[in-house]
Amino acid sequence: MAKDEFEKREFKVVGTRVARPDGLDKVTGRARYGADMSAPGMLVGYCLRSPHAHARIKSIDTSEAEAMAGVKAVITRADFTNVPASDGTRDILDNVMANDKALYDGHTVAAVAATSRSAAKAALKAIKVDYEVLPHVTDVDAAMLPGAPELHQGRQQESVPEGFSQNVLARSQYGHGDVDAGFAQADVIIERSFKTAATHQGYIEPHACLATMGNDNQGDLFCCTQGHYMVRNTCADILGMESGRLRVTASEIGGGFGGKTTVFLEPVALMLSKKSGKPVKMTMSRDEVMRASGPTASTSIDIKIGTTRDGVITAATGEFRYQSGCFYAMNGALGAMCGFAPYDLENLKSVGWEVTTNRPKAAAYRAPGAPMAAFAVESVVDEVAKEIGMDPIDFRLKNAADEGTKSAYGPTYPAIGLRATLEAAKAHPHWSAPLGKNQGRGVGCGFWFNFGGDTCVSLMLNPDGTVSLSEGNPDIGGSRASMSMMAAEELGVPYENVRTIVADTASLGQNEVTDGSRVTFAVGLATIKAARHAIEIMKARAAATWGIDAEAVEWVDGAAQPAGPNAGKFPPLTVKEIAATMSNTGGPIAGHFEANAEGAGVSFGTHICDTEVDPETGAVKILRYTVFQDAGKAVHPDYVEGQLQGGAVQGIGWALNEEYIYGEDGTLQNAGYLDYRIPVASDLPMIEPVILEIPNPGHPYGVRGVGETGIVPPLATIANAVSRAAGVRMTSLPMSPPKVLAAIKAN
Amino acid sequence: MVAVTLWGSLAELAEGPREVEVEATNLRELLAALEAAYPALGPQLARGVSVSIDGKIYNDSWFQPIHEASEVVLLNRLEGG
Repeated sequence: MAKDEFEKREFKVVGTRVARPDGLDKVTGRARYGADMSAPGMLVGYCLRSPHAHARIKSIDTSEAEAMAGVKAVITRADFTNVPASDGTRDILDNVMANDKALYDGHTVAAVAATSRSAAKAALKAIKVDYEVLPHVTDVDAAMLPGAPELHQGRQQESVPEGFSQNVLARSQYGHGDVDAGFAQADVIIERSFKTAATHQGYIEPHACLATMGNDNQGDLFCCTQGHYMVRNTCADILGMESGRLRVTASEIGGGFGGKTTVFLEPVALMLSKKSGKPVKMTMSRDEVMRASGPTASTSIDIKIGTTRDGVITAATGEFRYQSGCFYAMNGALGAMCGFAPYDLENLKSVGWEVTTNRPKAAAYRAPGAPMAAFAVESVVDEVAKEIGMDPIDFRLKNAADEGTKSAYGPTYPAIGLRATLEAAKAHPHWSAPLGKNQGRGVGCGFWFNFGGDTCVSLMLNPDGTVSLSEGNPDIGGSRASMSMMAAEELGVPYENVRTIVADTASLGQNEVTDGSRVTFAVGLATIKAARHAIEIMKARAAATWGIDAEAVEWVDGAAQPAGPNAGKFPPLTVKEIAATMSNTGGPIAGHFEANAEGAGVSFGTHICDTEVDPETGAVKILRYTVFQDAGKAVHPDYVEGQLQGGAVQGIGWALNEEYIYGEDGTLQNAGYLDYRIPVASDLPMIEPVILEIPNPGHPYGVRGVGETGIVPPLATIANAVSRAAGVRMTSLPMSPPKVLAAIKAN
Repeated sequence: MVAVTLWGSLAELAEGPREVEVEATNLRELLAALEAAYPALGPQLARGVSVSIDGKIYNDSWFQPIHEASEVVLLNRLEGG
C-alpha cells in the first residue's frame, strides 16, 4: 500500500473533544467486563499453583479430587495432548500449564471445574502433587553466571558466546562506528551501572473468561484481552483445533498496558469446558494476577558515555541484561535498540541480553524494554551534562537525532519530532520555574517504534442514513470514539451518526493485537479507506439516479453532487437520501478495507519533573510534571492527553515504589496492592500534557500512535530530578524511601 | 543488488561485514536471498526479523518493493505492548 498518505486538510470532527461512546455504560455498570458474562449450567474453574520457585513434578494424583461432589473436570498437562506448531506457542502452553517442572511460584500445575467455588477449592486441596524442589534463581546477574540453577537445556540461541549459563538465551548487538576511537576523543567519560526491579502493569481488571466447548469441537470464548484474534489463534493451536471453529468475543477491558497481549486462563478454561461438557468461567484473584500473569523484566544495565567539553557525545556503550522470567522474551534487544535512539551518535555499541529466571514469563508493558534502557542512558546523559556544566536540555539538543540521522538501531530517520519536544520543553514555563530547598528538576527523553499490522474495518450504511462501523481491536484507549470521528470526518456526517463496535473473530478478518500503539494509526487508516470505499459506491448510486457518469460526481460535505456545470444540474444527494433509496439503486451499501498496515512512524517524547526529597526519611514527592509528545494529529485530544498522563503516572510508580519482591525461597512476597505500592491520586500533581502535531506522512490525517512512548521517559526523568534534589546519583529502581535515605547517608 | 545492514551479532554469525549485498526486488526475495547466501542466518530468519526499508519498518509484507538505492536494515523482530 502507498506510504505517503498524508494530505493537509481542515478538520471538522477530528481534533474536537466529543463525548465518549462508552462513558454511560461504564459509569452505570452496564459495560460487560471479562467476569460479567454467565451461561446456563456454567461451572467455575480454578487453578492449582506451584508453591515452589523451581521444582520437578514427579507425579500428580487427581483421583480424590475427581470423586468429590460437584467436581466435573480436573485437568493437568496430560490432558493437553496436542503439540502446538510454533516454539512460541509451546512456551505459552508450558506457561499456562506446567509440563515436567514448575518454573516459578504460582505456575499452574492442575485445574478444576466444579459447580461452586467451595467445591472447586476443596478439590484443589485434594490434588496430590509430588514435587522435587530444585535450586532456583530470580536475579538476572546471578542467572547468567556459569553454575547458576538452570531452567532449560538446549534453548540457547547461536548468538550467545561461551562462558554463560544456559539461562542466557540470546545476545543482540547494535551500533556503528568505532567506540574505542570515540572514547579517545572524549574529554569527559562517565560510566555507571543500574538496576531496575520487575513491575506489574497494574491493570484494575483481573484476567477473566467464559469458555464453551461442544462435543462437536466448536467453541465460543468471551474474555478480557487486548487481542481476541491472538487468543483465538493461540488457543486453537494449543487445543489442536481449526481456528475457524473457535469464536472469540472481547469483553470491555479494565486496562491492559501490554499485559493482556497473551493468554493465561483461556486455554485452561477451554480444556475444562471440553472435558466437562459445560461452560466454564474462570477469574484470577489479584494474588494470581501478581504471581502468574506477565510482569515486566527486571534489569541490570551498564552505560558509558564520552563527550567533549563543548558538549558533543563522541562515543557510547550499553550492556542491557534483562531477565524475562521462565521463557524467552525479547526485551533486552529492545532496550539495546531504544536506549540511545534519541541521539545522533557517531560511535555506538549497544548489546541486549535475554535471560531466563524462576519468575513468571514477562509480558509487554507499554514500549517493552524501552523505559529501563532510557532510565540508564538518560541518567548518564544528565550526569555528563552536569559534569561539563551544560544545561541538560541544551546538551540533548546538541546531540539530538534529526531527519537524516543514522539511528542507534541502524536505519536513517525520516522526519521525526524529538527536537520539537525538546524545544517545547525548554520554552515551557515549567523549565524556568524556581525550585526550593531539597527540590530538584529532571528532564528525560524517550523513543518508541510504533507498529501497524493486519487490520480489517467494515462500514455499513443503515437505511436511515446512520452508519455502523466494525473494527477488530479491543478498545483500550478510545478507539471506538476515534474511529467514529474519522469515519464521520471522511463521510461528512455528524459524529453521533456513527456507532463503532468491536466485532468478534467470526465477523471480520484477522486483526493484530491492540498493541504497539498501532490502533489509531492502522485501524484509523483502514476506517478512512473503508469510508472512501463507501463514498465511491454512494457516488455511483447518485450518478445512476441522475443518469450521469459516476466520474462526473464529487463528494462534498456529506453529499454527492455534480462535479461541474457540464455534469448537469441536480440538487445534492445526502448520505441520508442515498441510504433511503439504496434498495432501489442496487441494494445495501457498505465500505470495507483490509490490509497489513505496516510502515508506522516512530515516536519521541520529552518529560520534565520536579521532586522534593525529605532528607530525614528519603521520601520523594512529585511536585510538578509536564509531558511533551508528538501525536502527529490528535484525533480526540482528551484521549491523547490521557495516554500521556497515564504513561507518566505509571512511570512514577515504577520509579518510586513498585517492585516485585522475592524471598530467599524464590516466592513472591508482595502479591497484592497493600504491599505492592502503585501511585494513587493523592500521590500525584496534575500531569500537564503538551501535544505536538508533526504529521506522520504514512497516515491520511497524519496520525502517530501515542500509547507507549509516554512511559519511556518517566523513570529517567524522575531519577534525574531525585538525584539533583538529593545530591546523589540514584542508580537503582524503585527509589523507595529506604533506598534514597541510604544513598543520602552514603554520600 | 541491494545493500543490507545486519545487526552486529547477526553479522558475526554471517562471518562477514555489517553490510552485505543480495539480489532482491521485494522483502520476500530479500529474506530468501539472505538465507541462501548466509545459511548461518537461517535460525534467526526462521524465528523472525523486522526489516527497515527507507526508515519504515516491516514484519510480514512479502511484496513490499525494495529498490537498489533503498536503505535496508535487518532488526530483531519487534514487539509492542
